[in-house]
Amino acid sequence: MATTTSKRRRDQPVGLVAGGLIDRRTVLRRALALPFLAPLTHAASAESVNAERPAWMRAPGVPMSAYGRPSAYEADVVRAVAQEYRGIAPEAGVSLTPLHRLRGSITPAGLHFERHHSGVPQIDPGRHHLMIHGEVERPLVFGVDALLRYPVETRIGFVECAGNSFPNAADRAPAKTCGAIHGLLSNSEWGGVSLRRLLDEAGLRKTARWLIAEGADAAAMVRSIPLSMALDDGMVALYQNGERLRPEQGYPARLWFPGLEGNLHIKWVRRIKVSERPAHSRDETSKYSDRLADGSALQFTLEMGVKSIITMPSGQMQLPRPGWYEIEGLAWSGSGRVRAVDVSADGGHSWVAAHLDDPALDRALTRFRIPWEWRGEPQVIESRAVDESGAVQPTREHWKRRYAAGQIYHNNAIQRWRVDAQGRVENHFG
Amino acid sequence: MRRDVWRITLGSVRGTGHFAVASAIAATLLFACVDSREGALQPELHAEGWGIEVSPDRVAAWDTDIAPDGQGLPPGSGSAAQGATLYVAQCQACHGPGGRGGPARSLVSASSDTPTVTSFWPYATTVFDYIRRAMPYPEPGSLSDDDTYAIVAYLLSEGGILPSDASVDASTLPTVRMPNRDAFRWSDEAPGER
Repeated sequence: MATTTSKRRRDQPVGLVAGGLIDRRTVLRRALALPFLAPLTHAASAESVNAERPAWMRAPGVPMSAYGRPSAYEADVVRAVAQEYRGIAPEAGVSLTPLHRLRGSITPAGLHFERHHSGVPQIDPGRHHLMIHGEVERPLVFGVDALLRYPVETRIGFVECAGNSFPNAADRAPAKTCGAIHGLLSNSEWGGVSLRRLLDEAGLRKTARWLIAEGADAAAMVRSIPLSMALDDGMVALYQNGERLRPEQGYPARLWFPGLEGNLHIKWVRRIKVSERPAHSRDETSKYSDRLADGSALQFTLEMGVKSIITMPSGQMQLPRPGWYEIEGLAWSGSGRVRAVDVSADGGHSWVAAHLDDPALDRALTRFRIPWEWRGEPQVIESRAVDESGAVQPTREHWKRRYAAGQIYHNNAIQRWRVDAQGRVENHFG
Repeated sequence: MRRDVWRITLGSVRGTGHFAVASAIAATLLFACVDSREGALQPELHAEGWGIEVSPDRVAAWDTDIAPDGQGLPPGSGSAAQGATLYVAQCQACHGPGGRGGPARSLVSASSDTPTVTSFWPYATTVFDYIRRAMPYPEPGSLSDDDTYAIVAYLLSEGGILPSDASVDASTLPTVRMPNRDAFRWSDEAPGER
């Protein structure tokens, strides 16, 4: 899908296209050695270079610990917490992953985003059960210890809230970081029991069409999932990135459905009713239904659309000086693998294919990168993903036309960042 | 035949480590050999499964879903007048007087441009389901079924959907036609009849 249509200026190095992007095929052919500079955080002081034996080499350090934590010098790399109803319900709201502070595609478990409607229940696994009932031959109940006896299957994949990128629903581009806008998105290795296995054990009746799943939080969150989607690759997840789920990610067990909207991945899952019909619960009627431009409310739009965001450089960052940088970002699709990510640095007039980090996994975050020379001029950078089904990430204008003014869900529109002449990077709509 | 098996056998499968696994297997196999008699314990060992059969009573106690056709609505009833009093005590602090203008979401409005319970939600039964499972926020599930019917009746009357002297119960609530019902439709991702 990459089109490089603009002419090269005489004084541009070979392979440089409009806006300062380098065609990645040129880099690979000519093996250019480019001094990439990332935005500086902790600058090394000139003095410290002269200390031949710094203080930490003059005495033993800290001993081993049972559970490690990041360096105190990284203490600002944290989730951003936002309450939904300031003060009256502190347990309802979100915490956003600082995507722009992370490199790679796996989200550390402690930084995986949160979305809670009534806080994190502190569940004793010895007293928690999962019941499967309804259109089944035999209703069953599973203790957590029983669930842990099944073979554990693992899979890397994203969870994205249907309401991710909600700040960009405003009329004016909010001056926020990439994480503050798009941080209801994380990627983990999930491990657990195949939902199909448990449903087969209960014995699905021919009338079974939907699952109605309920969580053990105070809101008793309940959603309906089409049975076919659940049988494909639905999981009762018990592990995240190797260890047991964190409480805020659904300990002791949650549902996980690759590629589907986050609200469906019922945390603290306690009950699955196999049903002929969906529940039409509050969270699939009042909430999580799409308000279309024609005034209708579309229910059960479950698959997350193809999407990408540039994480570096991104909102609120400061490029220290003109020169070479590596634009990097993340791409994903709820329907399969990312096939390509194109980047534009001239406001969308021309696009160049970015390099996709291996492997581009099915319904998981895929990292992309492309070299870029910033020459100190104002310009707009953006990325556009295409998935293996051929679906293309829409522009903001295209997305807005489909939906009513109040719509916040399923915003997979292209994200634009504007770099000004001083190197300041900001969220940009126009 | 009642089978409150899970309550008893859970004790035998608790624990960690090989010993617990071995004893759990032994216990399950042992139970599988017991005669099928009234009161006897008889879990069935299904193909490599660890689920334990659960009694219909236990299922019924857990299954509190209310369907749009009213299936699941409990016995009881409540009037809008009763609901008005309850609303002040249980709901108003967050949702505002008459369902408007509080720090939490407004529940009542005239037009669907401001989406609220009365102007936007497609099913009145969902209001019952949601209040019973999640409200009031600090003490969800604490309202009686009668009180829940009353608050639902009150909200529907505030929204002009029911008259102010209305009462609702399991047979009448599913018949309430919400004003925005026809705006709802299903995406192609969802199977089955709409």
